[in-house]
This record gives sequence, C-alpha cells and structure tokens, in this order.
Amino acid sequence: MSFLFYAASLVAVISSLMVVTRSNAVHALLYLVVSLLAVALIFFILGAPFIAALEVIIYAGAIMVLFIFVVMMFNLAAPFSGKSRLLDSRTWAGPAFLSFVLFGEFLAVITSSGIHRISPSPISPKDVGVSLFGSYILGVELAAMLLLSGVVGAFHLGRQKKRTAHRFFEIEAPK
Amino acid sequence: MTSIPLESGLIIAGILFAVGLIGVLARRNFLFILMSIEIMLNAAGLAFVVAGARWGRADGQVMFIFILAMAAVEVSVGLALILRFVHHFKTLDSDQGNTMKG
Repeated sequence: MSFLFYAASLVAVISSLMVVTRSNAVHALLYLVVSLLAVALIFFILGAPFIAALEVIIYAGAIMVLFIFVVMMFNLAAPFSGKSRLLDSRTWAGPAFLSFVLFGEFLAVITSSGIHRISPSPISPKDVGVSLFGSYILGVELAAMLLLSGVVGAFHLGRQKKRTAHRFFEIEAPK
Repeated sequence: MTSIPLESGLIIAGILFAVGLIGVLARRNFLFILMSIEIMLNAAGLAFVVAGARWGRADGQVMFIFILAMAAVEVSVGLALILRFVHHFKTLDSDQGNTMKG
C-alpha cells in the first residue's frame, strides 16, 4: 500500500513536470490527464474512493474535454511564437530564492513534528454527503451561486458581439 | 495494512503546488498557465484530503468538492477569456496583453 502511494506520487510529479515543460498543448494535456489519474489513485489509497471517482469524472473527464475543445478552436497550425518561452532569469531569481527559503521552512516544520501515521480507513460517500449537506450547507449554496455566475460570465465573455455601429465608427482592432 | 506518513502526503502536495507555480510564473502561453493553475488547485485539494484522512473526518473531502466546483468555474471563465484574447490579439502570448485599453 505504501509502495503504491509513492509510485503514484512519483508518476504525478513527473507528469506535472512534463505538463509544465511541453511546447505542444495537446501533449501537455495528455500528461495532465496522467497527472490527474495518478492523484486519483493517491486519493483511493488514502481511503477516499468517492473523491477518486470525482477526480476521474470531473477533472480528467469534463475539464479536460473543455480544454481540448478550446485547443481545437485555436489554429494550432500556426505555432505559438513568443519572444522567449521562459522568463528572464533576472526576473525570477530573487522571488525564487525567497520562495525556496520558505519551502525549506515548510519541509523543516513538517518533518520536525514527528511522524503521524495515516490509518487508511475509508471514509464512505455517505459520511461525505451527510457532512456536505449538513454542516456545510451554506458552502453548497455559495458553490451554486458561484457556478451560476460562472455560467453567466462564460456566456457573456464567449459571445461573439455583432458589430452594430456605423462602419465609420468601427475601430480597427490592433494587431 | 501498512500506513502512510502524513508528512509525505503533505510534501507531495507541496511539490505539486510548486511545479504548478513554476508553470504559472515561467510559461508565457495562456493555455499552459491555465493548466498549471489546475495542477495547483489539484495539489491544494490533495493536501485537504490527506489531512482529512489523517483525522478520519469527511471535512477534507467536502473541501475538495468545493475546490472541484471552483476549478470548473475558473476553467470555463478562463477559457472564455482566452478565446476573447485570441480574437483580439491573434496570439496566445500573455505578454501581449500587458497594456490596458489595448
């Protein structure tokens, strides 16, 4: 069980690194699916089978399909041509150093407090549902409002505006 | 059944979050920035589930469901914004959008 956990973690980290370093968007999406599936396996090992199923269905299913549709809408025949693919090292050196100090402190704090074992006793979907619709009912309603505003916002932003102005008043979009 | 240390789960969540953060900071392509944000949200959810499994409570999984809903909304709005950006600037380079009223 412990070996499975570390193997899945290794797969997740490696595939996430591949997502960040690819130049082709479709290849990166494939690696992202692998990363999400590995995290789903971690959830299953940790005793959260319901969350593992949600991860596969919603993350690796629905959200990835959304990404792939948007990639299809772009013209990938004309590859992305930025000036530089990565940031200038002078820009990120200072924040990266300070962040590494903080990450080291994070590791020190976590490892200095002794080893806490996780007893992998599965938490059933029933417990999750009771907690979700019991003590967290306000959060569910807030999530509903968030989803509604997301639908409205995505519709508003994705709508193609019809040019109704007079042709003399049309402003040419800058390149 | 062998058990898993809490610390290793949290460290793995931290590593995944750092990888996503590097992607957000270093990549100039909007699609990759959005994918890196997905990795970061996933890492945050992993930390919640690990902590929930440590104390045997369902609260961590409830928080993961909220993160999932938030990620879905964020992706849909973000992709719609990217579509508008590409229609306007004809590129995915996020540096092209660094001026206002552009």
